[in-house]
Amino acid sequence: MPENKVEFELVSPEKLLVSKDTDMVVVPGEEGDFGVLPRHAPMISTVRPGVISIYEGKTVSERIFIAGGVAEVTPTRCTVLAEQAQPVSEIDPAAARQSLQDAQEDLAAAKTDAERKVAERQIAVSTAMIRASA
Amino acid sequence: MASLKDLRNRISSVKSTQKITSAMKMVAAAKLRRAQEQAEASRPYAERMDRMLGSLAASVAGKAGAPPLLAGSGKDDVHLIIVGTADRGLCGGFNSSIARESRNQINALKAAGKTVKVLCVGRKGRDQLRREFSDLIIDTIEDIAKPALKFDSAHQISERAIAMFEAGEIDVCTIVYAEFKSVISQIVTTQQLIPFVASAKEEDGAKSETDNDKLVYDYEPEEEKILADLLPRNLAVQIFKALLENNASEQGARMSAMDNATRNAGEMISNLNRIYNRTRQAVITNELIEIISAKEAM
Repeated sequence: MPENKVEFELVSPEKLLVSKDTDMVVVPGEEGDFGVLPRHAPMISTVRPGVISIYEGKTVSERIFIAGGVAEVTPTRCTVLAEQAQPVSEIDPAAARQSLQDAQEDLAAAKTDAERKVAERQIAVSTAMIRASA
Repeated sequence: MASLKDLRNRISSVKSTQKITSAMKMVAAAKLRRAQEQAEASRPYAERMDRMLGSLAASVAGKAGAPPLLAGSGKDDVHLIIVGTADRGLCGGFNSSIARESRNQINALKAAGKTVKVLCVGRKGRDQLRREFSDLIIDTIEDIAKPALKFDSAHQISERAIAMFEAGEIDVCTIVYAEFKSVISQIVTTQQLIPFVASAKEEDGAKSETDNDKLVYDYEPEEEKILADLLPRNLAVQIFKALLENNASEQGARMSAMDNATRNAGEMISNLNRIYNRTRQAVITNELIEIISAKEAM
């Protein structure tokens, strides 16, 4: 592997989605976005729903939406484990808005804490999705 | 002695059975390949999850305030056993061996004075366990691999287990499934899910990682929060992995069972054919003897 590249991997439980060498990756961490360059300090962070940007040189070559997960960063590698991922270009804003509305209705109708949690999570995901597609 | 017509009927019925079993074998082989591919594809996620959890668990170990999913509820009175079997039969000893293992476990736990709850995944497991433990089975999940095994279904199962654990209804959760070794060998395995135990393999992985590059991770947010997020995910992944293995094992077991059945049917057909020809010759000989002796008597 070239010295000044980050080996980026995006993995879902069903398969390995992306595996490539990149110059920089920006990951939406739980406590703020962080960029991963080569020789980044080792770190493990949870990831909030948002967009991962993959940089080739100084430009963004790929933008992928993920609905939360975990990221592991080592000096040579950045691994993101995500349950749900899709390229930003494939997001359907109408569907996202619909699911946001459904989730809001669910939240209003939720009786237990568990149901409320699920609905709140869905709202966060849908909101992030709409923002990503805008 | 069976008449010629009876024999002909039997031969043709065995032949059509053979056709069915060989078709089932083909189908199982195709499904097995798909199941194996799926299991293969899910491996990277599980491996990386193991690696992260290994290093996290090591750094939290011994500290107070570890999440209950890791540390346990402090008791081990109520056990939840998830029994993963197939929805269909005709796959050799696959379902019975899983059911037998679960039965042993349940009896052992009951003998030790624990309360046992059973969650069946797959119709066949429920059918076999219902006779003895109908009062212990809390629910059955059917048709999980139809049309294809999805992570979502595993996720739902894990959420149920976690909800029960958090409500204090269970203290320990284990899953019984068949690990896929090869088409002719599936090993019934019991794996503890709650509280989390690092398996021997995971420990190896974590060790080689720390030996190799001795990484000290920064955690963002702190370890406990990540663990609280990661452990439920890991549970879903472990269940998903078990279900995938089970799926592959089922198809493998069915393939070899159907292969045997096809071969047995072939053997039976050749035996029946021999008897049929003997009988046919005996009938001809008989007729000849009758004709000749009638001629001589004239």
